[in-house]
Amino acid sequence: MSAEAHAHPNYVKVWAILVALLAVSVIGPEVGDATGIQAITLFTAFGIAIVKAYMVCKNFMHLNVEKRYIVYLLTTCLVFMLLFFAAAAPDVMKTEGTNWTKPLVLTAPPAHHGEDAGHGDSHGGADAGAH
Amino acid sequence: MAFRPIANTRSVTGIPTGRLAIWWVIGSEIVIFGGLLMSYLMFRLAHDEWAAHAANTNTAIGAFNTLVLLTSSLTAVLGHKAAEEGNGPKAAKMLWLTCLGGATFACVKAYEWSTEIAHGFTLTTNSFWGFYYTAAGLHALHVIAGCIVMLIVANKARKGIDLHHVELIGLYWHFVDLVWIFLFPLLYIAK
Amino acid sequence: MAETIEMPEHGHDAHGDHHHEETFWSKYVFSCDHKMIAMQYMFTGMFMALIGGFFAYVFRTQLAFPGAEVMFWGLVTPGEYNSLVTNHGTIMIFWVAMPVLIAAFGNYLIPLMCGCDDMVFPRINRLSYQVFLLSAIVLIASFFVDGGGFGGAWTAYPPLSSQYEYSLTPLGSTLWVVAVALEFVAFLLGGINFVTTAMNSRAPGMRLYDIPIVVWFIVIASVLFMASVGPLIAGAVMLAFDQTLDTGFYDPNKGGDPILWQHLFWFFGHPEVYVVLLPAIGMCADVMTTFARKKLFAYRTVLYTAFGTGILSFTVWAHHQFIAGIDPRMANVFTVTTLLISVPIAEMCFVYIATLYKGSITLTTPMLWALSFIAEFLIGGVTGIFLGASGADVYFHDTYFVLAHFHYTFFPIAIIGVFMGVTYWYPKMFGTMMNDSLGKLHFWFTVIPFNLIFLPLFVLGAAGQHRRIYNYQHYPELATDELQALRVLATVALWVMLAAQFIFFYNFFSSLKNGKKAGNNPWKANSLEWVAPSPPGHGNFDEMPTVYRGPYEYSHPDRLKETGEDYWPQNVPS
Repeated sequence: MSAEAHAHPNYVKVWAILVALLAVSVIGPEVGDATGIQAITLFTAFGIAIVKAYMVCKNFMHLNVEKRYIVYLLTTCLVFMLLFFAAAAPDVMKTEGTNWTKPLVLTAPPAHHGEDAGHGDSHGGADAGAH
Repeated sequence: MAFRPIANTRSVTGIPTGRLAIWWVIGSEIVIFGGLLMSYLMFRLAHDEWAAHAANTNTAIGAFNTLVLLTSSLTAVLGHKAAEEGNGPKAAKMLWLTCLGGATFACVKAYEWSTEIAHGFTLTTNSFWGFYYTAAGLHALHVIAGCIVMLIVANKARKGIDLHHVELIGLYWHFVDLVWIFLFPLLYIAK
Repeated sequence: MAETIEMPEHGHDAHGDHHHEETFWSKYVFSCDHKMIAMQYMFTGMFMALIGGFFAYVFRTQLAFPGAEVMFWGLVTPGEYNSLVTNHGTIMIFWVAMPVLIAAFGNYLIPLMCGCDDMVFPRINRLSYQVFLLSAIVLIASFFVDGGGFGGAWTAYPPLSSQYEYSLTPLGSTLWVVAVALEFVAFLLGGINFVTTAMNSRAPGMRLYDIPIVVWFIVIASVLFMASVGPLIAGAVMLAFDQTLDTGFYDPNKGGDPILWQHLFWFFGHPEVYVVLLPAIGMCADVMTTFARKKLFAYRTVLYTAFGTGILSFTVWAHHQFIAGIDPRMANVFTVTTLLISVPIAEMCFVYIATLYKGSITLTTPMLWALSFIAEFLIGGVTGIFLGASGADVYFHDTYFVLAHFHYTFFPIAIIGVFMGVTYWYPKMFGTMMNDSLGKLHFWFTVIPFNLIFLPLFVLGAAGQHRRIYNYQHYPELATDELQALRVLATVALWVMLAAQFIFFYNFFSSLKNGKKAGNNPWKANSLEWVAPSPPGHGNFDEMPTVYRGPYEYSHPDRLKETGEDYWPQNVPS
């Protein structure tokens, strides 16, 4: 049913860019943590996620050649989610009010069973590597 | 012909009905995952101590799984290209590779989760882990369901039947990949 | 690879050129035919309405005669009372209003009114009913488990809904959540068909502005449902986990927040009321134009106001949470948006009234239902304004004023709308006419008692009677003779109204055999469903129609001049 013969981008090239971006998005937060600059972590982790998402939407899902109103429909769904966050967050993120507090937030988290919490992320997994 | 009524063949909007239907499904999934992830985000931003909990996730495995899904998206879209060219068997092969990617993802996740549970991080350990297992679990269910449908589509495509379905399952798969692209930083990196 | 097939389109022979033997099972139980699936939804919905109505009878009788044994039930315990009101609300919205208005009429009308032979995906259609039926079975099962059915109100706020020690219904609460979740999935599946069929499978010549309003509104309702239900599905999964797996999504002691549920629920809950409103108010357009023999006053206005209502409906939800402790600045925002949303709906009502002006009105039973819809809904809408203003709502919230408001909106939607649709399309569905005198008798004995039930409840609400209490004798200020008299009045009116429904059921079933033969187009209406035989066979049309004009060309001067007819079916070439 894909009667509109649209030009196919070089999918492997797109994939290679995505993998490179993935590498940056993993290394970036390490740098951000090491230097303590939170902006680096946010930018590389989430900024790149947005770029990757855009590339998948455009190149793999062909949303750039799809009918416009489909893009509007999907974007509207996304916007509703942001609206939901904007309106509910003031309530859900509140940690204390006139006569109440949220007990768990205001006490330090208890030490957890298993390894101690600062152990980090290198047990057991195969080394991901960029390839 | 009872299952392919005339209604199925018309296309007043210009978009084939199958594709219109998939966009509808994707729209509904955006709000399902969106609701869950927005709720997670509200808590995450209000609970600074979750950074400590999130440190116990395995970023290397998460990144590997992201790589797996990105690669499977590549094979999915190559399958779509093959289907467009009328090459059923090649499209089927590409879809099987995509399925393999999905299966790999699921296996890696199973290993990852069993390790975490063995270390004492279960669904009820605290609310970070509650969200972690719920969100990743919901996503994994979609991966598995997608693989099953993909096998059915691949089987038909191999015989040259319903090649247009290859694009449709591909679109669904790309969406599953998209969700993971956001889940990965939210659950693993947000420290 | 399949392209759009271009060949002359012939429907299956109306006498049924079945390529396969139709057994009882394939024709009635496992059918993929949209008309049969519509019937399945309709009868399931009507059966659930009997249950929901029965529950209302039981709890209202308890309120009017507290402590007395209720006939056909027995003594009503506080726990049972809570379960009755919870399940009455849940059933009426999810298992009566939605399946009958959207699934039954949507399934029946969309392919017919769009001039095609079935829905685009008949097997997904069948699956949606099967999931729906499962959801109904799960809900009914919840009444019979240990502890009984869920009693935490249809809004299911945690921690009442998430902790068994509070709800006292361990199995019932979880089954309730599962049933609701399944129902959501069923309607998401159904929505696939409604939207793709109406958008893609229209008859040649049918532009977007030639689609009957009822079809448009069902499509818009499906879109609204789809876009709003997602967060609640996520929320329901979280609630089920809290109930069964001891997670703490809504438990502050575990880092959660109960107000998250409220937001997730009402983000869906408010668009949901427009999801059920739009199909019913859309039917009014078709019924009123037919029986006023007049064009719809402003088709595009009505359509655009529906779009506007749909979008606005996503911005008003927290008016259900004004006194839940939300940020007061948010409350201001939601007050403004809530008051704004009354405008497009009012505009629709004005367009309908303008349609009637100088029309040639026949007061058939469907027309009576349509007219009463507008009148009763107006009362409901106006009283909503009191509740939308956060200042007034501080007093009215959780009182019977709210209850009376939403029954003045929901009753027109779920009851009047259903009767309007059934009495209007019955001839098409079953090939015979319903008895009009019985129909009118049923109408008056439903609508007048309806007002006698709920008008007193406005008074009780204003007097401070709060909701969800099984016995007001415990509250001296509310237990006065005058207020109790109002409760008794409401309950007796309910008994009368419920009794009158026997007239409808008698009329419905006896007309199947004994009704006058209907012919294709007994109402002389324009839209395409009246072109097909009554009832339509497999494939709907003997020859697929082509469309030449809009659906409301009544009393068109050119047509009157040429043929003397005051209606101009869409498929008749000029």
